[in-house]
Amino acid sequence: MKELLIKNGFVYDPLNKIDGETMDIAVRDGKIVEEVKKGKTIDASGMVVMPGGVDIHSHIAGAKVNSGRLLRPEDHYKDVELKTVLTRSGVGYSIPSTFTTGYRYSRMGWTTVMEPAMPPLKAKHTHEELNDTPMVDKGAYPLLGSNWFVLEYLRAKMYGECAAFVAWMMNATKGYAIKLVNPGGLEAWGFGRNVRDIDDPVPNFDITPREIIQGLCKVNQILNLPHTIHVHINNLGKPGNYVTTLETMRCVENLATDNKPIMHLTHCQFSAFAGEDWRTFKSASEEIAEYVNSHSHVTLDMGQIVFTNTTTMTADGPFQFTLYQITGNKWVNNDVETETSSGIVPFQYKRKNYVHATQWTIGLELALQIKDPWKILLTTDHPNAGPFTAYPKVITWLMSRKARDDVMKKVNKKTRRKAPLSAIDREYSLYEIAIATRAGQAKALGLESKGHLGVGADADISVYNLDPKKTNLADNPEAITKAFKKAAYTIKDGEIVVRDGEVVNSVNGRTYWVKVETQANLFEIEPELKRAFEKYYTVKYENYLVPQNFSAHQTPVTAKARIKS
Amino acid sequence: MIVKLHLKKEIHVPVDAESISPDVFAGKLVEEIAELPLWKGNRKVPLKDVFGVEGISGKVTNELVIHIDGNLSKVQRIGSGMTDGEIRIAGDVGMHLGVEMKGGKITVEGNVGSWLGSSMKGGTIEVNKDAGDYIGAPYRGSTEGMRGGTITIHGNAGTEAGRYMKKGLIRIDGDVDQFVGIHLKKGAILVRGNADGRAGAFMTGGKIIICGHLKSLLPTFTIDSMKSKAKVEEEIIKEPFYLFIGDLAEHGSGKLYLAKNKNKHLETHEKLLQ
Repeated sequence: MKELLIKNGFVYDPLNKIDGETMDIAVRDGKIVEEVKKGKTIDASGMVVMPGGVDIHSHIAGAKVNSGRLLRPEDHYKDVELKTVLTRSGVGYSIPSTFTTGYRYSRMGWTTVMEPAMPPLKAKHTHEELNDTPMVDKGAYPLLGSNWFVLEYLRAKMYGECAAFVAWMMNATKGYAIKLVNPGGLEAWGFGRNVRDIDDPVPNFDITPREIIQGLCKVNQILNLPHTIHVHINNLGKPGNYVTTLETMRCVENLATDNKPIMHLTHCQFSAFAGEDWRTFKSASEEIAEYVNSHSHVTLDMGQIVFTNTTTMTADGPFQFTLYQITGNKWVNNDVETETSSGIVPFQYKRKNYVHATQWTIGLELALQIKDPWKILLTTDHPNAGPFTAYPKVITWLMSRKARDDVMKKVNKKTRRKAPLSAIDREYSLYEIAIATRAGQAKALGLESKGHLGVGADADISVYNLDPKKTNLADNPEAITKAFKKAAYTIKDGEIVVRDGEVVNSVNGRTYWVKVETQANLFEIEPELKRAFEKYYTVKYENYLVPQNFSAHQTPVTAKARIKS
Repeated sequence: MIVKLHLKKEIHVPVDAESISPDVFAGKLVEEIAELPLWKGNRKVPLKDVFGVEGISGKVTNELVIHIDGNLSKVQRIGSGMTDGEIRIAGDVGMHLGVEMKGGKITVEGNVGSWLGSSMKGGTIEVNKDAGDYIGAPYRGSTEGMRGGTITIHGNAGTEAGRYMKKGLIRIDGDVDQFVGIHLKKGAILVRGNADGRAGAFMTGGKIIICGHLKSLLPTFTIDSMKSKAKVEEEIIKEPFYLFIGDLAEHGSGKLYLAKNKNKHLETHEKLLQ
């Protein structure tokens, strides 16, 4: 029996509506309990106590992340971590090696991270890397928006069968949620084409992205998966794409029941562009915020830009190809058979560039104009808009107008003149930050034991050396950045793993996957799949499946589905 | 103010000597300098384990001269990122000398290894004998080449000298290996000896002057004109040159000067000028 008491901290636990009260948090055997009698005590007086950070969208593992590592030796050689007694050596910066990824998240107080783009064909690779990412709990979303089976079932409006296939897929890939990237467009990219908007039919399949999004949304409801569908829109990163974003959100509007979110629109900053071309490019954050403020069926995450040299990597092959054409940088582009595509291009976000600076304002405008912090979560779409190690900076920008103004002074003049951000006064409170980085993320993911400090929750806790009673945080942005960069304590499953920003205990995290419980026989479709595998795939059906105990620490989360057999 | 270092005994494993730089030495006593860390193989050792230290250190970087004796061909990264002052090396020296240097001066009596002045931004480097590959070139994968400063080699040089250079000057008195000026963007490279071929591959701008024989010219270069001289900064080389433009595969407009008298095999190009 291992006990721990965190005493006298200012506790921020939005899911239990606790806003900065001075409280004790008791931990026994990795869970939060009412009280403990003996055991270790942490004196957290004058410090902030929050649930461990949760990241809904961060590319940390898998085939394309690893290709990115291989593509960019220059990204690593200046950011080296030496081996210590406890930790392994590794390298950063924008695409850190697996162990370093775990350590760096933990040092900032994060305890759960989701890999949002796993091509099913590369699931084994992804799980091998996740297994080597310590300190945090993980999960991965299989890419299903351009999968041949899904497209064929949805074209025939066979939602039950599609649900059975997706359930089989979650089991086969040990996946956590349905991911759609440029739905339909990635299939077209296999033939060098793309889709223009959500009503442009996918070549050879006679189905529109709208039907795919609606179909998979229905499937998600049938399967009752913990997370909603996770959507990266069509036309991402193109001027004027906010129209597509609004259409995408509208197209599932009438599928919503009892005010619950049914869609997560990811890295929304890249989807809120107005204008006709890069010259007339401007922010459409107001239009998006207005829609989101008046609807409750969608959650977003920011995808906040950080001015740095980073690596863009998405499953959106056509978008990555455009990015290569713009930058002329080295690039990787790949078609993953019948499932998806992917691309990687190194990218430098520059303050003095009008488009980049405006992108920087769009992310913050979205977060500040959407009134409900449960609807917009904090991410940098690591590493696309910036590495996750920039979260302390992003938190500071959200909490302090002064910090935003300091950056505004240095950015492109035209941006300074035009951006709506200059007129926004709102500053996040620590309570809202706790929502945007923890509670809201865990809620959107349907992780019931994460993101809060109520009795029975996992004892994933972070303590920051920050006294909101003594310092006026908005006027002292450096204090915020400093505190969030190095957690005073990170506690994972009841163990102190980080103290003063240094790893003191290396632990393995779990890998969550969704086990669909249903009356239907999921293996009914097996003969059909086997036939298709013989015909179209480069691997045997038997080699495709990720076995039950493929990697250590796999933890199923059950979802009770309503598939009719 | 001169600080003298001499190698105590011959070394067989690579030594990473990033801390040997006027910027690090400035303001330290000789005893403190002796305690500076070096990586010898996979072990951290104080400088005094490898080098004997004597002399007087100064407070200001620009007055400081570091003089090093011995066979340093296993010692890497000397003068890394230095901004001012001087380093004199009496013998041979290893890889990564003057990496990312921003100012000051380095002189070497003997040979140097590869990656000399990699990604440097300013200052001067002079080598009396030969240099290895990748002079001024950025680290693998990076496109941030040399951005200023001057490198002079009195002997021969290896492959890919001046890769991704954006500004500055490289002078090579002897011969160069293949791919001199690869990915050149701007700046100038002067080769007084012969070049082994593929000069200026991927170049989009800048100037390469080869006063000797070029083994083979890339087909993506086209002849522009005949010149009676070539100019690098203040220096004028008075002899007839062919001026080629390329690399056309990259839509480049880099200038490649090749001495007419040493390159008889390029005579056929003259017809295209008529």
